[in-house]
Amino acid sequence: MIRIISILVGAFFSLALLWSVGKGAVSYVTEPPKETVEHAFHLAPKEVEFESDGAFGKFDNQQLQRGFKVYKEVCSACHALKLVAFRDLKAIGYNDDEVKAIAKGFQVPAYNKNTGEVVTKEGVAADHFPPVLYAGQGTPPDLSLIAKARHEGPEYVYSLLTGYQEQPAELLKKFPDAKTPEGLHYNPYFANLNLAMPQPLTADDQVTYTDGTKATVDQMSKDVAAFLIWTAEPKLDKRKQTGWAVLGFLLFATVLAYMAYRNVWAEKKGH
Amino acid sequence: MRRRDFINIAAVSAAGVGGVITLLPLISQMAPSADVLAESSTEIDISAIQPGQAIKAVFRKQPVFVRNLTPKEISEAEAVDVSSLRDPQTLKERTKAGKENWLITMGVCTHLGCVPLGAGEGEVKGEFGGYFCPCHGSVYDTAARIRKGPAPKNLQVPEYAFTTDTVVKIG
Amino acid sequence: MSFPWANEYKPSHPLMQWMDEKLPLPRFVYNAVGAGYPVPRNLNYAWNFGVLAGFCLALQIVTGVILAMHYAANTGVAFDSVEHIMRDVNWGWMLRYAHANGASAFFVVVYVHIFRGFFYGSYKAPREMIWLLGVVIFLLMMATAFMGYVLPWGQMSFWGAQVITGLFSAIPLVGDPLHTWLLGGFAPDNAALNRFFSLHFLLPFVIAGVVILHIWALHIPGSSNPTGVEVKQESDTVPFHPYYTAKDGFGLGVFLIGYCALLFFFPNALGHPDNYIPANPMQTPAHIVPEWYFWPFYAILRAFTQDFLFIPAKLMGVLAMFSAILVWFFLPWLDRSPVRSGHFRPTFRKFYYALIVDALVLGYCGGSPAEEPFVMISQIAAIYYFAHFLIILPIVSAIERPDPLPFSITEAVLGSDETAPAAA
Repeated sequence: MIRIISILVGAFFSLALLWSVGKGAVSYVTEPPKETVEHAFHLAPKEVEFESDGAFGKFDNQQLQRGFKVYKEVCSACHALKLVAFRDLKAIGYNDDEVKAIAKGFQVPAYNKNTGEVVTKEGVAADHFPPVLYAGQGTPPDLSLIAKARHEGPEYVYSLLTGYQEQPAELLKKFPDAKTPEGLHYNPYFANLNLAMPQPLTADDQVTYTDGTKATVDQMSKDVAAFLIWTAEPKLDKRKQTGWAVLGFLLFATVLAYMAYRNVWAEKKGH
Repeated sequence: MRRRDFINIAAVSAAGVGGVITLLPLISQMAPSADVLAESSTEIDISAIQPGQAIKAVFRKQPVFVRNLTPKEISEAEAVDVSSLRDPQTLKERTKAGKENWLITMGVCTHLGCVPLGAGEGEVKGEFGGYFCPCHGSVYDTAARIRKGPAPKNLQVPEYAFTTDTVVKIG
Repeated sequence: MSFPWANEYKPSHPLMQWMDEKLPLPRFVYNAVGAGYPVPRNLNYAWNFGVLAGFCLALQIVTGVILAMHYAANTGVAFDSVEHIMRDVNWGWMLRYAHANGASAFFVVVYVHIFRGFFYGSYKAPREMIWLLGVVIFLLMMATAFMGYVLPWGQMSFWGAQVITGLFSAIPLVGDPLHTWLLGGFAPDNAALNRFFSLHFLLPFVIAGVVILHIWALHIPGSSNPTGVEVKQESDTVPFHPYYTAKDGFGLGVFLIGYCALLFFFPNALGHPDNYIPANPMQTPAHIVPEWYFWPFYAILRAFTQDFLFIPAKLMGVLAMFSAILVWFFLPWLDRSPVRSGHFRPTFRKFYYALIVDALVLGYCGGSPAEEPFVMISQIAAIYYFAHFLIILPIVSAIERPDPLPFSITEAVLGSDETAPAAA
């Protein structure tokens, strides 16, 4: 009895699905889905390597400091970094006094206990990077986690910064309605191809590097992407170090466990 | 000991060592986190505190009493025979040289951690004119030394320094 | 019940004798997972996964209780409190990654455990109750995992909560009020986040309770084994300790190597980037998918794209998705073959492998965007899924000619068994 019921139920689900397959197939043929402009012209991020890549990769503090400089002098005009505290910058090689000086350069929100007014004060090491007021077009995202909040985040940041270009003529020929709207900028690495952010890094030496590295647009883009890997995952180095120690120990313990297992079973025939 | 016994014991020991090491981060996570440790200093503007007045500031999420002693309170504190005290200390030892009128102590009773009265406007100062803890009746004098009641120690003086004449940095 | 040849607990130390009289907990453990539990001697590595699942549950409870010490269930601060754990709490990054990837590891282990049951007929009499409790555990795990994923209050958390609770609005008549009641509002917000946190904390302990029942039920008939032939004699079994404790110890080591490699080197590989964006009720991510362990069921949900008879497509999808798991409850009565193990069921075996491929295809489609060809592939795969359990298994078990079974476990292991009757 239960088998008859089950076969009937199975037939019911199968028929419902076949109905969906059939109607789907018909509509696929009668109204084939149109290719979208994003589908045709969006590009996956460029291949680019970072010092912190791979199981043995480590942050390069020099690069992170250059990247921080790019963030501070260019990105921070519109993008906040609210999950990062100034004290965290010690991890990328700044000493206490440098951190204090950096913090002092930012006005952070505070409130006056006596009057209840919301005011700003000079930052101290314990403060986080302040929110950024932005009144222009678009909504600049907070950059603290951007390297983890996008597929292939670091490569995406680098590709976006170096990917601004004229809208290809081919695109307009194929999709005449897809002209980049006024005030937006064409970038094939952005999900819908047009973004509000104008090209932020436009010329070599836009940021002055003090460590002798040539500040090309490509280099600055890579450095700030590396810096954003750090802001998104500040414990990356410690994580990998711990990981190797743990795996080493586990390998040793597992070999021992295997030998003990073979020992225990040694007297059993047929195993 | 046979070789196979040795391996079995080694395997169980390795598991035990691994288990104990795993406990370390589980214990360490309950210690103060980086953001809590980072806040461990506080700057206080003392310019508005008149003689005889006190304010409560916050240091490590605990109250700090900053008190501007009057000459009378200073002489009262200095008149006490130190050897008769439960926790013998002079006012000089509890203040900075040249700034004896500034008594800066934690506002945490050394008995069981209540906040003593006496720093706020109009609060009871207790029979020795300093602080009075209402929880269990500890009485502190004008140098915030324990004089009566169950508390074992004087109110703690935190580490601090005058960064200018009107600003104190605690911690 | 236990086999008559099981070792008996005999405490030698007076303190243990005293304990045994007052509270025989050591005796209980001895008989449950110690030398007092005779287990078939021929278990293969597929049988390691029960113990591993228990380990994963313990791991999730320990790391979860710790994370709850630092997490704050409020939509205003939940996201930041998770980042606080990642950045400021001592070892917080490790504990959080251990918990997030621990959920994935738990599901990997449990899926292997379930598919082992499918192949070796572990659900068959007299072990139906073990199987039913196992399905209950799986359902509770799914609920727990879903609610846990909501807690960081990222974009995927929010939209996952929106979509999954939206399933209940498909129910005729009571759907919409039920949906509002589940959320405590019209969209996921503080009320929903707080109750999800509360239940996410509670349910693992309920799971632990059902696990105890699951193991209790297991000890009535004893463990099954790869031949599917019941234990007949002492030479068919070995005591659980030290034989299987040693084997499980080794298995645990191998499991931990894989798990730690994931945790320390690819901690975000199984997550979704959008969940590092704080929840935004005004904007849905372009491509929303649940965690990987829900993908096969998600594919079945999405496979129903057309109204069927008088049933709307939405309701049909929800019905089918729940049925895809509920059908497991009936498995002991759908597969009536007297032979348990797939080793001796040539026809069943082919369909079993097809089911594995089918589940992987469904999973792949469930994780892909809802566009062709994935929709049509998932529809065909879903047909096979239901046909497998509801049509193929009942028919195959009735018409299949199984291969000859060994006389006993001893014979299967050693090639001969002196207690076996002479070959006819």
